[in-house]
Amino acid sequence: MAVSTTSAPITYATRVDKVGARYQFTRALRIAVVVLYATISLIPVFWMVTAAFKSRPDVVAIPPKVFFTPTIEGFISLLTKRVLLPPGMMEEYKQRTDLNFAERIMAERGQRITGPSQYGQRLLNSVIVASASTVLSVLLGVLAAYAFSRFNVPGKGDLLFFILSTRMLPPVVVTIPIFLMYQQLRLYDTHLGLILLYTVFNLSFAVWLLKGFIDEIPREYEEAALVDGYSRLQAFRKVVLPQAITGIAATFVFCLIFAWNEYAFALMLTSERARTAPPSIPTVLGTGGIEWSAIAAGTLGFLVPVIIVTFALRDYLLRGVTFGALRK
Amino acid sequence: MADIELRQVEKRFGEQYAVRPLDLCIKNGEFVALLGPSGCGKTTTLRMIAGLETVSGGRIILNGQDVTWLKPSQRDVAMVFQFFALYPHLTAWENIAFPLQAEGERRENIQRRVKEVAELLQIEPLLKSRPGALSSGDQQRIALARALVRRPSCFLMDEPLGALDADFRETMRSEIKRLHILQNATTVYVTHDQIEAMAMADRIVVMSQGVVQQVGTPAEVYHTPSNLFVAQFIGSPGMNLVKGHWADGVATLPGGNRYTPPPDWPEALNRGLSSSGVIVGFRPEAVHIHPNGQLAATVYSVDLHGAYTMLVLEMGDDHSIHARVSRDAHFTVGETMRFDLNPSMVRFFDPKNERAVPITNRN
Repeated sequence: MAVSTTSAPITYATRVDKVGARYQFTRALRIAVVVLYATISLIPVFWMVTAAFKSRPDVVAIPPKVFFTPTIEGFISLLTKRVLLPPGMMEEYKQRTDLNFAERIMAERGQRITGPSQYGQRLLNSVIVASASTVLSVLLGVLAAYAFSRFNVPGKGDLLFFILSTRMLPPVVVTIPIFLMYQQLRLYDTHLGLILLYTVFNLSFAVWLLKGFIDEIPREYEEAALVDGYSRLQAFRKVVLPQAITGIAATFVFCLIFAWNEYAFALMLTSERARTAPPSIPTVLGTGGIEWSAIAAGTLGFLVPVIIVTFALRDYLLRGVTFGALRK
Repeated sequence: MADIELRQVEKRFGEQYAVRPLDLCIKNGEFVALLGPSGCGKTTTLRMIAGLETVSGGRIILNGQDVTWLKPSQRDVAMVFQFFALYPHLTAWENIAFPLQAEGERRENIQRRVKEVAELLQIEPLLKSRPGALSSGDQQRIALARALVRRPSCFLMDEPLGALDADFRETMRSEIKRLHILQNATTVYVTHDQIEAMAMADRIVVMSQGVVQQVGTPAEVYHTPSNLFVAQFIGSPGMNLVKGHWADGVATLPGGNRYTPPPDWPEALNRGLSSSGVIVGFRPEAVHIHPNGQLAATVYSVDLHGAYTMLVLEMGDDHSIHARVSRDAHFTVGETMRFDLNPSMVRFFDPKNERAVPITNRN
């Protein structure tokens, strides 16, 4: 670069437009808005996290306590089934020496642990259903999106519209017919039933989202691979997939969050074996009054897996893999 | 190494012809340029040879084998793309090794052959970089290396220099030419740049609107264009084309000019022209300034090019022609000058069918 070798080098460290009072003010305003929004959004989360560690009197205290002695009562009540003991039997129960840590804590509240609750099983059901349906919809979605993006599928426009139209109906409208169908097909209260349903719901979303990402990848890459001696499917796997990874990760997270959060169908179509976490958390209402800390603890446990996945994929979500190797 | 033969190859999109039935024979080791303006069907033709586009009719024979319906991977061709099409998620080394891995080549062989081709193109220091970190010239070198590494029977290049900066283009042009001579591989090269085609190709296929206009050596398409399109498209500026009337062995041109062709031409012209109309074509360098020349024109502008001077002359109204003259000559705008034409650089066209009139015994 032989540009401006004679004049003094320009430094861009200070931009004139970034020192004026007006800029400083709008910047402060922007930051204030973001902080305010973040605070409002995070208050429920904050309440949930603190409530999970609060004791029963603390959680219902008015005004709400910000400083309190943390306890894991909530988690214990979440994970166990308990009975209330009458005061007489309670004294006797407390004298026993074979009580474990959790039992001692609950004994203080006059409750005796009778066994584990179903929360673990339900969370596991959620993991099974959400991950299986997400993997299925992304897998089928990426294949369909590739076909729609690259080939002259007959009736392409109509098909794409049809796929999209499955999202136009409020899902609640079809719960009763699906409930009846599922009973006939013996899919009621099965993992497979929920997996199929969530896959169908997510697929339209996955196809459209992924088609957008694949459309962005120039065909020249695959054509180069085809001439280089690869089959269409190999070219897809070795050239298209690595470049679509950002889109795939984004689609994966969106599908996962939908399947993970889904409440209405899970409530209607499952009872015991396949019930997922969302419809079961509100049922931890407990013996004698609402157990807010147990509910908060259950929600916290429900939140953790999605947070982990989103954080694990955040690099892919943010970073494009195509570093401008193709000039446009 | 291979011959490529196209027999009545055509490409239609619905009723629309992208390439009209085309016959072409490319000899082993030949460098053939497909030249034409954008949308003329040159890239489609190349893609049909590669197998990236199916033919609507005709046959493609590669090395004696009918490959019309074979997949690109089964054709033993290598292609270089205009925008390089280097895989962005792979390093330069992995890009070059990619076609060899498709063949299931053994690891040490891959190592050796990538090294060889990297030496040939002098790109060893770049092998660890990803395409995004390289300049466009280096990216195209990697793309060439990826094509070369397979030692395919023929190379297909789709405007490989089109995306490069002007100063790189010339370097790469001579590099591709050098590689062609070293490898002696059959090469089909698509370009819209006639200078590129003239400089590199053994033969040029000039195309327009899906039709082959002329096939010939650079000298042939330059000196004896077969029709008006080729005459105008080849050369910068293109051939001067002056409309006139043909009668009694003399062409009457605008501005009261009369051009008498060499003695043995009129017979052929009488036979070849379909009416009294004629278009006289001549290259700018055919103009030979002479005080007693049989043609006259007014100087419209004088462009100094350093090595030569390009005059724009007006012959009659609205008939501007280019004349390439010595840099020592001096002209003033508005001056009238007389000149002759070098008969070996003059060509007559029939305005009805736009074809050149064949003059059999010209040199």
